[in-house]
Amino acid sequence: MPATGAQGHDGWWQRHQRALAPWLFLAPAAAMFLLYVVLPIGQSMRLSLYDWDGLGTPVWVGLANYVELASDPDFHVALKNSLIWLLGFLLAVPMGLGLALLLNQTVFGIRAIKSLFFFPFVISQVVIGLVFTWFYNPALGLVDKLFGLFGQADLAVLADEDLVTYAIVAAGLYPQIAYCMILYLTGLNSIRPDLIEAARLEGAKGWQMLWHVVLPQLRPASFIAVVVTVVGSLRSFDMVAVMTAGGPYGSSRVLAYYMYEKALSEYGYRMGYGTAIATVLFAIMLVYILFVLWRIYRQERELG
Amino acid sequence: MFPTPIERASAPTRWLYRAALPLALLLWLLPLIAVALTSVRGQADIAAGNYWGWPTQWQAWDNYAAVFSSTPILRYIGNSFLVTLPTVLGAVALACLAGFALGVYRFKANLLVFFVFVGGNFVPFQILMVPVRDLSLALGLYDSLSGLILFHIAFQSGFCTFFMRNFIRELPMELVEAARIEGASEWQVFHRVVLPLVRPALAALSVLVFTFIWNDYFWATVLIQGDHAMPVTGGLKSLNGQWVAQWHLVSAGAIVAALPPVAIFFILQKQFIAGLTMGATKG
Repeated sequence: MPATGAQGHDGWWQRHQRALAPWLFLAPAAAMFLLYVVLPIGQSMRLSLYDWDGLGTPVWVGLANYVELASDPDFHVALKNSLIWLLGFLLAVPMGLGLALLLNQTVFGIRAIKSLFFFPFVISQVVIGLVFTWFYNPALGLVDKLFGLFGQADLAVLADEDLVTYAIVAAGLYPQIAYCMILYLTGLNSIRPDLIEAARLEGAKGWQMLWHVVLPQLRPASFIAVVVTVVGSLRSFDMVAVMTAGGPYGSSRVLAYYMYEKALSEYGYRMGYGTAIATVLFAIMLVYILFVLWRIYRQERELG
Repeated sequence: MFPTPIERASAPTRWLYRAALPLALLLWLLPLIAVALTSVRGQADIAAGNYWGWPTQWQAWDNYAAVFSSTPILRYIGNSFLVTLPTVLGAVALACLAGFALGVYRFKANLLVFFVFVGGNFVPFQILMVPVRDLSLALGLYDSLSGLILFHIAFQSGFCTFFMRNFIRELPMELVEAARIEGASEWQVFHRVVLPLVRPALAALSVLVFTFIWNDYFWATVLIQGDHAMPVTGGLKSLNGQWVAQWHLVSAGAIVAALPPVAIFFILQKQFIAGLTMGATKG
């Protein structure tokens, strides 16, 4: 290892620079991240064992919040809806793939068309939520006009307890499909044409080609598409807040929204109960976080 | 379907594809086109229930003027810029330093620290909500722009560090070694050797973070209460409540709110998509 700086009589700093430098470079980001992200995770988990209104002294209640959750019908609805979000949102992955395959051609203007297809992802979910609320409006919405063609006029999807969550997920899919599409379009760019040619000589085409030749090469894109979609689905808050505020009668609540409602709204400042819901949500997400980290770990080891 | 280039298809198929493309685009963008059209409709159209037909009166000027004159939207937009720009700057700066530390040095805890940044970036916001709100209250930063900015910088530094570290790791390390042999200090290595090389990544990352922060709604609701510091996403939500059934105004407001990220996307499209996939495919 080459000596840094001049010769041995240099100061303590010169001798230890290489060992200390990484920590000094890390310090600002690490301190902020620790303060605002890492520590709060632990604090939330601890708080979930207390009863606290946000002002007075927290009272230790042990697992009582979790016991209450187990028999809280609203929590069950939120949990079920979060799972509907998770499964429904995953449709964005094959739909994004389909769109990417459709657009992966070189015709005039295709670049502009691709970026216009990506457009919904750039816009805030608040705006998308407002637009779809209007679409779903039973008196004047476009969806109502469509239903009207099939003799199903005046269907208020956002006021229907059974349909509302699916309707919001459908709205959420709009930008998410665009996101997956871009990931796949980039993946398709790096596909090896020689493998495609070889497969074609063997007579592969259509689904066979897609399944056995194209998809295996798209694995990195698929992986990241699934991860961002899962994380996005469990984080879903904006759409629910904007479109229904959890209604009607709490039937479109998801964990992320129910937690907010319990901890910070007119429904009562139950910080302990709220953080218990957040902890459950975190536990579900942890599966995916560990999955991602494990994969990065494997990649790093391969690279040495 | 993909592997077959459309040039190889038969003439009718080729023709069909070219015709279907704009049609598909039109359908796909229908929600946004409808909003754009409605934002220029007159009151009479709205009253007559003409939401989806071609506007009979064009009142672009009136509608947009109404949004700006009778609502605090200008203030919301200003707040969004005041939150977004410092956040982009702060998070990217911190991430350059941290990414350099994790990308260039080999030390024992390297991978562990890296994993904390990556993993933390995926946590659901709700697990941070109560403690971050309390922290902001304790620091006297609740309901202030700086409170929101500090949180955003801290949280985004997770993704940004991940991004910068991966980029820096791909750089040729011989350059770093050569600089050291010539007697450069570690800071000089960072500042003179690595920083100039990561410029393309900086652009990509900045565009991406700009959109993330501009579009944030959750933290604006949790950390901000009044109009004085409310970003445009939160502002738009409250305007929607005030203007029930005034869809031409809500639409105009939505377009105004969406304009800055959309403009940035179209100007810096290449960087945006490069950033999105650079950060992603390395995952």
